[in-house]
Amino acid sequence: MSLSLHLPVLVILLPLMASPLCILIDRARASWLITLIASLLSFYCSVLLLQQVQITGTISYELGGWQPPWGIEYRIDLLSAFMLILVTGLATLVLLFARYSVEQEISKLRIVPFYATLLLAIAGLTGICVSGDVFNVFVFLEISSIASYTLISMGRDRRALNAAFKYLVMGTIGATFILIGIGFLYMHTGTLNMQDLAGRLPALYDNRTIRAGFAFITVGIGLKLALFPLHLWLPNAYTYAPSVVSALLAATATKVAVYMLLRFLLNIFSLDFSLDAMPLDLILIALGSTAIISASLVAIFQVNLKRLLAYSSVAQLGYIALAIGLANHSGLTAAMLHIFNHALMKGALFLSLGAMVYKLGDAELHSSQGLIRHMPLTSVSILVGGLSLIGIPGTAGFISKWYMIQATLELGLWPLALIILAGSVLAVIYIWKIVESIFFQSPPSTVAVHEAPVSMIVPMAILAAANIYFGLNTHLTVDLADSASTLLVMGGGQ
Amino acid sequence: MSHFPGLFNYWIVIFLMMAGFYVVISQGNLVKKIIGLSLFQASAFILYISEANVDGGHVPILEEGITLYSNPLPHVLILTAIVVSVSTTAVGLALIVRIKETYGTVEEDELQEIDNAQDEADTPDQKQQIAEEKEI
Repeated sequence: MSLSLHLPVLVILLPLMASPLCILIDRARASWLITLIASLLSFYCSVLLLQQVQITGTISYELGGWQPPWGIEYRIDLLSAFMLILVTGLATLVLLFARYSVEQEISKLRIVPFYATLLLAIAGLTGICVSGDVFNVFVFLEISSIASYTLISMGRDRRALNAAFKYLVMGTIGATFILIGIGFLYMHTGTLNMQDLAGRLPALYDNRTIRAGFAFITVGIGLKLALFPLHLWLPNAYTYAPSVVSALLAATATKVAVYMLLRFLLNIFSLDFSLDAMPLDLILIALGSTAIISASLVAIFQVNLKRLLAYSSVAQLGYIALAIGLANHSGLTAAMLHIFNHALMKGALFLSLGAMVYKLGDAELHSSQGLIRHMPLTSVSILVGGLSLIGIPGTAGFISKWYMIQATLELGLWPLALIILAGSVLAVIYIWKIVESIFFQSPPSTVAVHEAPVSMIVPMAILAAANIYFGLNTHLTVDLADSASTLLVMGGGQ
Repeated sequence: MSHFPGLFNYWIVIFLMMAGFYVVISQGNLVKKIIGLSLFQASAFILYISEANVDGGHVPILEEGITLYSNPLPHVLILTAIVVSVSTTAVGLALIVRIKETYGTVEEDELQEIDNAQDEADTPDQKQQIAEEKEI
């Protein structure tokens, strides 16, 4: 009975169990340490899991020893392992960063509950990635969502409360839509296990109930994912949330929603049904393109850097939606690459802004003037993240956009390639605004600050370096995304 | 089963769902929004419970001489979903309490006005002024 057999459940249990531990110990410093250790161990488990999956193929874990489809199954294939590494890895880096930032931004009384909630959010997000049972996915989704509403409301600005409330209303509508959709699927198939569903659904593709269920689930996930017209909760939530929370949510939460979308569209339903028989491919392409252009345009006019990046996130999610809508192998590979690379760049950027907020008190454009003089490392990390966001060759952002453009050209859809390029041009404009202010403006004379503490610089530097590393050495990410999308295209999650 | 009375439960589900959804969208008062949201979620519960019914099925308790049972699984699922719904409502209400404390109102349009005013005030030249006001 080795521990390695239980890795799939350990990934979730570690943060889940650490959360009450924080409350019991009730010391700010200790709860930070517990959170960091729990997410680090969870990251270690995910790395082991990825190795296992690469050697033995998909892992099926029977929760409580009950055989699927009666019991709940945790099923880890390449895509799940990939997402687990992303979520737990970024969570670890963000937590390394968190200590001083949280001490400053969150009132003393709330620090312990803050970390406990953060752990719940991480547990929920990892849970979504491993679960092989659709109802279980819903439960984990709500664990992570309710935790995020709470985390966002802990922002310093009172507008955080209003933003959290709006997110709560829209998020709950989305979750209930998913619940209704799952109910419809269960009504006709009598199963909740993803494998079983994938086996029984093809015979029912013409059934109206199944189609309605499909529509409910897609719209519900669209709300969680902040797909273009459903993105209204996102900008305010990211702007007013504590810096640490913005970084964690921007890097992981929406990505996990994309993962759910891929799972439902391609594994539970099949590529032929969801993107061919249903007009979803056109819808995703249309909404994705609109998101790229309109959200990037809005981002240009923002003066609050966090809000600027939030709008840019909506645009980047548009890229991912567009790539999924292409419905071919290279499109899916590009989507998965962009999930990973976007997490890296937004992680680096939001952490850098977190350091800026820590030292300067806000993330307004005018406060960033001449930042290079006081905080050179933070400024460089913003620059690298920004370049990656634009997609300059040599950065991670370039790789995913390159694959995306290739995927559009494969289908002969060159207007879409132009839209992707136009999005990059718009990104140049809004990133230039920041770079110009940081590097070429003289700092206001009153400000005298120094570089952020080492514990903040290190995770920021790691993420910035990762942006460059994965831009130059693409083997790891491209191979993973490529084989994961092969698995998805084959359908059925075999 | 396809007659109107046979689908009575589902008509109730649709009615509750739409009523709840409409309340969430149309009401400006945050507490009413949460009530609408609960109603909306409750409709999904009834959907699941209706699904579980098997014609002529017995209550799912093991008993001699009974072979046909209703499906117990959706009931169990819905217990979980109710827990989720209750916690969402609790978090929502807690947020409303804090919104009331800090803003002094729970009307959406008034909140929006206050937020907009603050957004405008965040522009550079007035920043100083706001900081001073806060100190007072």
